[in-house]
Amino acid sequence: MSQLIRSVLDSIFASQAWNSIFRHGIPRDRRTRVMAVMSNLFLHLHPVAVRKSGIRLSFTWCMGGLTFFLFLAEAITGVLLMFYYRPVPEYAFSDIIALRSHVTLGVLREIHRWGAHAMIIAIWLHMMRVFLTGSYKPPREFNWGVGVILLVVTMLLSFTGYLLPWDQLAIWAITVGSNMGKATPFFGMQGPFTDMVMLPGGVPLVTTKSDAAYILLAGTSVGENALMRFYVLHCIALPLAAATLIAVHFWRIRKDGGISGPL
Amino acid sequence: MAAGISTLASGGGGELLTGPAIDAFKDAVNAMSVPEVSLPFFFMPVFILMLVGYRQWTKPLVAGALLVVFCVGYFGSMLIDRDYLAILVKPDNVPITIMLLSVSGCLWLAFRQAALNDAKTKAGLPITDEAADTKVLVWPDLVYTELICIVIASAALLIWSIGLPAPLESPANPAGPPNPSKAPWYFLGLQEMLVYFDPWMAGVILPGMIVSGLICMPYFDTNPKGNGYYTLAERKFGITVWLFGFLILWVVLIVFGTFLRGPNWNFFGPYEYWDSHLQVPLTNINLSDYFWNGKELIGFGMNKALPANAMVRELPGILFVAFWVLLLPPMLARTVMRKRFATMGAARFYIMAIHLVVMGLLPVKMVLRWLLTLKYFVYLPEYNLNL
Repeated sequence: MSQLIRSVLDSIFASQAWNSIFRHGIPRDRRTRVMAVMSNLFLHLHPVAVRKSGIRLSFTWCMGGLTFFLFLAEAITGVLLMFYYRPVPEYAFSDIIALRSHVTLGVLREIHRWGAHAMIIAIWLHMMRVFLTGSYKPPREFNWGVGVILLVVTMLLSFTGYLLPWDQLAIWAITVGSNMGKATPFFGMQGPFTDMVMLPGGVPLVTTKSDAAYILLAGTSVGENALMRFYVLHCIALPLAAATLIAVHFWRIRKDGGISGPL
Repeated sequence: MAAGISTLASGGGGELLTGPAIDAFKDAVNAMSVPEVSLPFFFMPVFILMLVGYRQWTKPLVAGALLVVFCVGYFGSMLIDRDYLAILVKPDNVPITIMLLSVSGCLWLAFRQAALNDAKTKAGLPITDEAADTKVLVWPDLVYTELICIVIASAALLIWSIGLPAPLESPANPAGPPNPSKAPWYFLGLQEMLVYFDPWMAGVILPGMIVSGLICMPYFDTNPKGNGYYTLAERKFGITVWLFGFLILWVVLIVFGTFLRGPNWNFFGPYEYWDSHLQVPLTNINLSDYFWNGKELIGFGMNKALPANAMVRELPGILFVAFWVLLLPPMLARTVMRKRFATMGAARFYIMAIHLVVMGLLPVKMVLRWLLTLKYFVYLPEYNLNL
């Protein structure tokens, strides 16, 4: 029996189809293991060889990798959620209820929501690890900055997503947050110095219909325009920004010398 | 399990455990949890002990005992009161417990290795031995680790998702704000700062400076040591400042904001009922009142009416803020940070120092609020500029 399985497997590994996909044998010796990493788009994010001390779990806590894993999980569950959700006040709340009661395996929203919370925690821990190992020090200063922007983008992703269930928790949390926009110096209606921003002749430039909070919400309060705006930011703009920055972040890890370690 | 706890907790009112000893314990905890007691007399000493005693508390046995104490204290304290339990097991608050446990665990990992590395450095040994410094192939050594992490993370996320339903309250009602209205938990450190600063500071300037300060941090930290390994002895200043910001000014404020702020953003101890009718009199006093009217308020100083000109009225506060933000950095450059100033150069040093003193403004304002019920250093409603 095992002879049969082996011969079937061998013929698969020898086939033209297999060899066109994986241009190397089973990664059993050094040459094929190197090839496995080098000839695969996803695996070649890694170098071929790394210092043993650099990949210890007690050193990295795997938190950067987990953040990326959670980003992928959010992207996949997010696309699935988009099948069922309409970002208008008439339907948004009932669509969320239907997600639990009508959709097969009704934990899609749970995975998406708890994954988002977990991603925030994972990023904080990743930053704490990078800080406490001094891994932001030369030559990795710039990549730390890219990482900080990624933190901001992730928190904005969470913030915009928080509105979408369109329940009391959602709109009032976003109201508290977006009220801060009203207090922006020079650009918010309740902020310092906004009265001084005016056109010649004393025409005020910043009004309740043009201040920072209005631009965020497309309205003076959290309403249907804000829901649409947050939906588009949450599903298109911010994920694209995050994906681009993640690419830069990973590329720079390689270019800056890989996982940090004692010099 | 969690769903079971929340049904239990939503029973509302009443205690799970009663008795004179429990009541005395609850009163003591309530009295000690207010920020003006817990921050200076509990969280700060714990923070300092964590840094000073990192060689001792990170020993596996001690750390294990501390973990048991933490878990008994944290979970035990919520099990003796229904109302507090209900707050902690609210679905969107569960991540905070996970965050607190994982931050504590990771701090242990970091300080444990820092202690071991620092001992090696002190003995003149290299931090990594030859064997650990050899290169290994990514396949299989790294990709297998990653695969195991992905499997464990997927399983954990699925269990979390099946066990704890995502929160969904009643449909959005633009006319009926809940009391208290809270931002998502990861922003509650900022919302808690609103107690001490107006929205333009707590919601715009301070978060902006947190981000700019973090981005600039690699350029502020000119200490070449501690690159790529855990250490405390070689980076005392940097690690103290950063962890003070993260643990005290961010994590602890999130805990206050989520667990201990009730209706009207009043502070409630863990075992106090969130009474939405509680009226806390606003007795905070501006610096200008103290300056012009000190005789009446604190028994010494002037006893004058407030000057009509706003700028004259607020001159003491404006001078204080100008001193704090503009004069303190050059004073630091000439005294305690002379060496730093020399290595960093003027431009870089002043950008760093301004971030540092603005960060320091928050604890300063907190202490002055507790001691003098200070409301604003500068009170200029004419310009919406209150600080």
